[in-house]
Amino acid sequence: MNAWVGKEISRVDGPAKVTGQATYAAEFQLRNKAYAALVTATIPSGTIERLDVSAAEAAPGVILVLSHLNAPGLPYAQPKKRPVVDPQAGERLHVFQGPEVLFDGQPIAVVVAETKEQADSAAMLVSVDYRQTPPAGDMDPSRSHAPNEAVAKSGRPGEKGRGDAGPAYRGSAVTIDITCSHEREQHNAMEPHATIAEWDGDHLTLYDKSQWVDNVRQEIALIFGMAEDNVRVISPFVGGAFGSALRTWPHVTIAALAARQANRPVQLELSRRQCFFSAGARPKTLQRLRLGADHDGKLQAIIHEAIGQTSVYEDYAEITLDAANSLYACSNVATRYHLVKMNMNSPCPMRAPGTATGVFGLEIAMDEMAEECGLDPVEFRLRNHADRDEEKDLPYSSKELKACYALAAEAFGWSHRSTVPGRNRNDRWLIGHGMATAFYPSHRSSSTAKATMFANGTVVVRTAAGDMGPGTYTAMTQLAAETLDLTPEQVQFELGDTDMPEAPVHGGSITLASVGNAVIAACRSLREKLGNGDPVAAMRQLGQEAVSADAESKPGEEANIYSSSAFGAVFVEVAVDSRLGAVRIPRIVGAYDIGTVVNPKIARSQCIGGMVGGLGMALLEQAEWDPALCRVMNANLAEYLVPVNADVQHLDVLFAPGEDKIFNPIGSKGVAEIALTGVAPAIANAIYNATGHRLRNLPITPDKLLEVL
Amino acid sequence: MNPFTYTRAGDAQQAINAFQGSPGPFYVAGATDVMQLLREDVYSPGTLVDISSLPYTQVEVGPRGARIGALARLADVADDDAVLRYYPLLARVLRETASTQIRNVATMGGNLLQRTRCLYFRDAHTACNKRRPGSGCAAMRGANRINAILGTSEQCIAAYPGDMAVALVVLDAHIQLEGPDGPRSVPVAELHRVPADDPAHDTTLRPGEIITRIDLPASRFAESCAFVKARDRMTFEWALASAAVGLEMDGGTVRVARVAAGGVGTVPWPLPRVEHALIGKALSAERAAKAAALSVEGARSAGDNGFKLKLLPRVVEQAILAAGGQA
Amino acid sequence: MTDSNNPPGRRTGARAIVERALQAEQRDEDEKAGELVEQAVRIDPDEVASVLQEQSSTPSAPIHAGSSFAIVLTINGQRHELMIDARTTLLDALRDRLHLTGTKRGCDLGQCGACTVLLDGRAVNACMMFAVMAEGHDVLTIEGLAADGKLHPVQKAFIDCDALQCGYCTPGQIMNAVGMIRAGRLNSDDEIREGMSGNICRCGAYPGIVQAVLAAMTEIAE
Repeated sequence: MNAWVGKEISRVDGPAKVTGQATYAAEFQLRNKAYAALVTATIPSGTIERLDVSAAEAAPGVILVLSHLNAPGLPYAQPKKRPVVDPQAGERLHVFQGPEVLFDGQPIAVVVAETKEQADSAAMLVSVDYRQTPPAGDMDPSRSHAPNEAVAKSGRPGEKGRGDAGPAYRGSAVTIDITCSHEREQHNAMEPHATIAEWDGDHLTLYDKSQWVDNVRQEIALIFGMAEDNVRVISPFVGGAFGSALRTWPHVTIAALAARQANRPVQLELSRRQCFFSAGARPKTLQRLRLGADHDGKLQAIIHEAIGQTSVYEDYAEITLDAANSLYACSNVATRYHLVKMNMNSPCPMRAPGTATGVFGLEIAMDEMAEECGLDPVEFRLRNHADRDEEKDLPYSSKELKACYALAAEAFGWSHRSTVPGRNRNDRWLIGHGMATAFYPSHRSSSTAKATMFANGTVVVRTAAGDMGPGTYTAMTQLAAETLDLTPEQVQFELGDTDMPEAPVHGGSITLASVGNAVIAACRSLREKLGNGDPVAAMRQLGQEAVSADAESKPGEEANIYSSSAFGAVFVEVAVDSRLGAVRIPRIVGAYDIGTVVNPKIARSQCIGGMVGGLGMALLEQAEWDPALCRVMNANLAEYLVPVNADVQHLDVLFAPGEDKIFNPIGSKGVAEIALTGVAPAIANAIYNATGHRLRNLPITPDKLLEVL
Repeated sequence: MNPFTYTRAGDAQQAINAFQGSPGPFYVAGATDVMQLLREDVYSPGTLVDISSLPYTQVEVGPRGARIGALARLADVADDDAVLRYYPLLARVLRETASTQIRNVATMGGNLLQRTRCLYFRDAHTACNKRRPGSGCAAMRGANRINAILGTSEQCIAAYPGDMAVALVVLDAHIQLEGPDGPRSVPVAELHRVPADDPAHDTTLRPGEIITRIDLPASRFAESCAFVKARDRMTFEWALASAAVGLEMDGGTVRVARVAAGGVGTVPWPLPRVEHALIGKALSAERAAKAAALSVEGARSAGDNGFKLKLLPRVVEQAILAAGGQA
Repeated sequence: MTDSNNPPGRRTGARAIVERALQAEQRDEDEKAGELVEQAVRIDPDEVASVLQEQSSTPSAPIHAGSSFAIVLTINGQRHELMIDARTTLLDALRDRLHLTGTKRGCDLGQCGACTVLLDGRAVNACMMFAVMAEGHDVLTIEGLAADGKLHPVQKAFIDCDALQCGYCTPGQIMNAVGMIRAGRLNSDDEIREGMSGNICRCGAYPGIVQAVLAAMTEIAE
């Protein structure tokens, strides 16, 4: 028996990626391909009064210009059930169907030309007159509203809770009441959004940057009023996405429309600046937390309120307050979530959507409460450990959070830290240590896969899943090899094509638990067909070209009787320049309870990536919103700062032992999101330990530190 | 990017002729800033005159002075052993500039002429007096965290972003120019101009002039110099505030002091008052702090950039102490 | 493809000195030029010969004028003749015209490093250079790095150290690492971190990237 699960094999797609052979969306070579460039609105709210395309049409190489003036009407039919990745209230942006402008950066026309240079410059020749109406540019809490019923039904209600939090808070011996916030963040995956559309009669093929090809197919079929069978979406490699390629953004529709009107393949790549305006963002969120505890440091009340941003045309809501409802044992919890409509592109999920930010608020509050109670932050959390999910009133299918605290604290040397803030000084640097809990609910969706064995002894496993970087190709190859008792070299795993068996969204850390079990099921079924012995020998005996097996895997009753989550503990050392306000992170130690670790080498990379993302969230990232213009002003990678290599020093990742075979047969709980949560609050808590000042508004930049230092 | 005509010049005269004979001419060498400005539609030149083949790439450095070609790449200067020995301040600044890839192509002359990073200047859809004279300044009431606090006007608060010019001001560098009216020499300290009521013109260069060389006088501060750059992330970012300091010490006493700041002024900002407060005085932490406090005389906050009023004196103080070996 | 027989810094050093000699010659400082060449020969005679040969075989760069023209690019040792728009960047020429899509477009503004290629051995952002300006220079892209199908030590180290996730920034990271190792300027982890900071990895593979560069340097040095 070949045991591949748990092995540190190198990424199977590594050779393709290090030689430039991996093919991303804009890299498919099609004959006669034309290039498209968007014209985007330069006002946030109003209507287009006049749109003059004559100069653009006359420019060299221009094939056509499409706008609401000449674009065909599109059905934009409603799905039976809204995709989980879309906002559950409001209506998606319809492209080129009317003169309304709902946000600055909204695509209002597209130019198709022979070359990219020609399309780009012709797009600048489109002249537009607008009638502007007053925009909503300020995030004014007085304009906020509760999510409507459809949003609430999707698990994001305005109010949640248990017990009687108000009186419990007021009656608590120890209380804190804090506000905190984080700025709008942009995914900024290295690969900009891109789509190539090609029509063959009434059949459309899209080469797209997507985390969910099946959903792109459904969405485009609904928009164009086509049968889904006539749409094929291909996305074998995704250059990072972090949530930005979950939805089917308007540019995908535009590429398809332009290709149809031009009657030739069209490639549409968004510029980096355009990615800031029309492909989502993590919404800025304002939070208020009130915690009450007794003298023994037992939580008596949690009241957590949050206000997020959304667009004027959709209600995008996040699970910001889920952590408050379940992460700690507390009989009295009240959460309240509201949205403020603004003239901006609809926000969308970004790595650990809602949770990363809600955990930030909760975990800095827990740190403050621990101090008020005179307890070590780890001890305080242990005293309030939730042995079961008190919100759902269910046991956890597994929970190794206590092991995470112990592992990470030991590796970090937590017991040696200075407990008095602002006392650990090395020349002008203030050294501080902080920690936080990491948390992300685990989910699993139904998924299908097909395994085919060929006469030469190789196996091809296919499913329409995605791999934006976490290592789907590698993990699935390992699972297939183990199930079929083969080596990884004998297995070829393929994904990212709607011609393959249906798969759920590649997001929310669900891929391994969902697709992985379908891969195992398909391979097991194939093996049964081959007599359950040596599959290669059986193939030889059969004498057939190929033998295939399909299978579906889905969650069962366990999902109703257990609560499943990934947990972790993050410990951080910071060095704060007491004079210039800069923060450096010499080390981070994280211990994670993610169940079965299929490939520790790759899972570790993913956790390290989460730490780097959390570092950016804590210290650097903010889309600078001009409320008068309703425009992100630093829409580039020079002024929207993400961490660079020099920002990152020692990052240590540990895994708590254990596998969650109740949650799913593999026992994995997901890595991507948990790896981000907990990092930013641990950094903020460490900054407090270093400086004696609580900085509660992210990112913690030198200007904010200089206010107190 | 709008269409343009491209011409490659083989020597300075060809370049100047091409410049004078073309509509909407613009010089390009390393292209690292020009490319951004073209792509973001900040510039729309009719003709791009490529001067990258001109023979101004020398790096001749010795104890009695330096002659550095305007087309020398930043990396070539930063990594030159003689630069490191005689002008460590310059080497240090260049190593903290941009990225490996940019330093490998960006030229010395081009670096001096890089334009502001003001978010509104770089976004062609907003009001900006520097980009479109008379259109207004959206930065004054907008996202102006990176903008200038010194040398601003009612028209413009854009900060000059570079650091090398700051070091060159401290080093008393001169630039050599070729132009339609012949060659001339200009102190780096007089190259840039404050916006006043004409923010569109960043420099005192005349139309068609090309920087050919940067000359440095004999090395003075190799023993006692420092550059301090405050920024959000460790590297690959322009300065929120920076300071370059060169000292000549006489025992513990400052005999000569040259101090200038970057990231805070509309031009590389010389700080003569800080210098005067140091000269003839024994260098101490207290003296450095007192002198550095003068760096923000006349400074004005526009809102988000108000923290620079606190940051700049600290950056200057740290640079003074580091230069004096007391940090 | 690799400078395995010669410490990488020596080659670059020799080249730099010969180039200074050629400049001196242009200024009619023949004696100085002679001295410099002698100095360079002592460091790396092969490199001196190759620079001098390049010099004699390359006529002065052709002068283009216009908004589109025919150019010749030398990519991975192969000559490519193509008609381009004056606006075409080296990156666009590689990706859209020559279908060499291993060089990635990340920002088109020199701010992310995904498009890093080697120009005469030095790492540059292909998006920051007009294609016409690359004429007369040797361009090496990720596609040309693996000699005879054998991975370059940096490529191999990136796989071994798992220095990548989505892979989109990876070719640029590798090309910059190769350029810096050749230049011989990486003497500490901090220098690697600083030198590699022009290559943004949004997946956050930085620790693996530092390890990979170190591992490759060790292998190349052996």
